[in-house]
Amino acid sequence: MSGARLAVLGAGAVGRSVVELAAEYGHTVTAVADSSSAAIDPDGIDTAAVLDRKADSGVVGDADADAALDAEYDVLVEATPTTLDDAEPGFSHVAHALDRDRHAVLANKGPVAERYGDLRELEADSDGQIRFEATVGGAIPICSTIADFGAGHITAARGVLNGTANFILSRMAAEGLDYEHVLAEAQDLGVAEADPTFDVEGIDAALKFVILSNVLAAGDQEFTLDDATVDGITDIPGSALDLAAEDGRTIRLIGEATPDGVTVAPRLVPDDGPLSVTGTLNIVQLETTHAGRLNISGRGAGGPETATAVLSDVSRLTE
Amino acid sequence: MSDTASEVQTHTIRLELVDEPGELLRALEPISEAGGNLMSIHHERGNVTPRGHIPVEVDVSCVPDRFERIVDSLREAGVNVIQAGAERYDEELVVLLVGHLVETDLSDTLQQVESCANASLTDLSLSAPRGNDESSSARVRLKTKSGTTEEALATLRDIAAEKDLHVIEPLTGDQP
Ligand SMILES: NC(=O)c1ccc[n+]([C@@H]2O[C@H](COP(=O)([O-])OP(=O)(O)OC[C@H]3O[C@@H](n4cnc5c(N)ncnc54)[C@H](OP(=O)(O)O)[C@@H]3O)[C@@H](O)[C@H]2O)c1
Repeated sequence: MSGARLAVLGAGAVGRSVVELAAEYGHTVTAVADSSSAAIDPDGIDTAAVLDRKADSGVVGDADADAALDAEYDVLVEATPTTLDDAEPGFSHVAHALDRDRHAVLANKGPVAERYGDLRELEADSDGQIRFEATVGGAIPICSTIADFGAGHITAARGVLNGTANFILSRMAAEGLDYEHVLAEAQDLGVAEADPTFDVEGIDAALKFVILSNVLAAGDQEFTLDDATVDGITDIPGSALDLAAEDGRTIRLIGEATPDGVTVAPRLVPDDGPLSVTGTLNIVQLETTHAGRLNISGRGAGGPETATAVLSDVSRLTE
Repeated sequence: MSDTASEVQTHTIRLELVDEPGELLRALEPISEAGGNLMSIHHERGNVTPRGHIPVEVDVSCVPDRFERIVDSLREAGVNVIQAGAERYDEELVVLLVGHLVETDLSDTLQQVESCANASLTDLSLSAPRGNDESSSARVRLKTKSGTTEEALATLRDIAAEKDLHVIEPLTGDQP
């Protein structure tokens, strides 16, 4: 879809980048909302002014946040915080768009991981479509690669989908520092959030692999976070990384999505293998039926990176 | 393959013996009792396994079904048979164990792994905590029977869970 009108819900790192880059992709932002306000203009908001206002005063406009849902748009971009279980308010935002026969593109993992079946049901009753490339691996085209191959030709997906945990493990290994020390460093650098639970406990990675397993199952089976076996990196002592290194290996937080389910756990991988990416990089390895292994790596997070995936999804929508 | 069942062949049996007088003799008895013809014994005294056992290789010639009886009787006699004929311990498994390894009796843990997971320990590295109250880590290298690595891992997981230890598993089937 080209020349789309976008309503962007969420004005955090991702939402703001979508607003900023939309014009470059030939789209117009007709509404943007944060948790308490909205800016709306059917002819296109003044993106620079709105972003300035958000930076200066913390709000995007004078309208009620909910008003953005009823604005004129072709595509709703869901970039509010990821929540678990009922995945609200993100789920209702998407439902609202589909109910209006509009498309929805999600960066928010919650609805796709926790209520995949519900989403697909609403989509089936709507003229709108949903896309969610941005939910898995930021800028890396994973969902679209699976779609290109056909889910039936991919038997498993595995890899590193959390940049924060990967940064911590690779710094621990390279510098011989312990977990607490590296976590503090990551927080100073803005790589880890003040509350890093989602990242270091493996939940964020698990949500992404749950989404991949939903995509791979192609409707035959539905997965949620409850179906995943999840283990984080908080208990890994530096000595474990030393022992791994002595043996030409290292430890990475690896997720796997197969027809049997989803697991996320620290695993031993060859030091020089494709899965031992360093820093905040992400990698996904797809096991194909006839073409061996496919490795796709790149930046798995960040505002502009994730916005790139969102805007590519908008382009992929068919009118 | 038609006549292999009756053909006399030479079979290699790998044993691990406790370093005590009379152990070798005790291990060889069942072989001759079961009608095996002892061809050679390879016994390197200086070479000990990480668990302090002495590896011994014995070549025996006999017909195949008698060979099975020999292996059975060795096992019945409590001899540690590492490899016998076609049953090869040729898959390697490397895992890290993390936790209070010493307090939970590491040697007992490993013994359980060897007996229950049907694996033989070929290498062990233990690393003391690097930080203050960190737990310790061990790298454990095991040989398992071909095709049983997943099973061995599952058993290992159970043994570790019992002692509240953490297993960092390799990514199976991972080749660079
Ligand atoms: N950051 C990444 O690299 C990345 C990558 C992939 C996916 N994602 C996902 O993308 C989403 C957005 O991420 P982010 O990093 O931009 O998050 P963020 O910086 O925390 O921003 C969240 C935004 O959502 C707004 N918001 C909260 N509740 C809302 C509501 N009910 N209606 C409208 N807006 C609401 C917040 O408003 P206030 O500004 O008023 O607080 C804020 O602007 C999350 O679901 C995240 O998991 C992020």
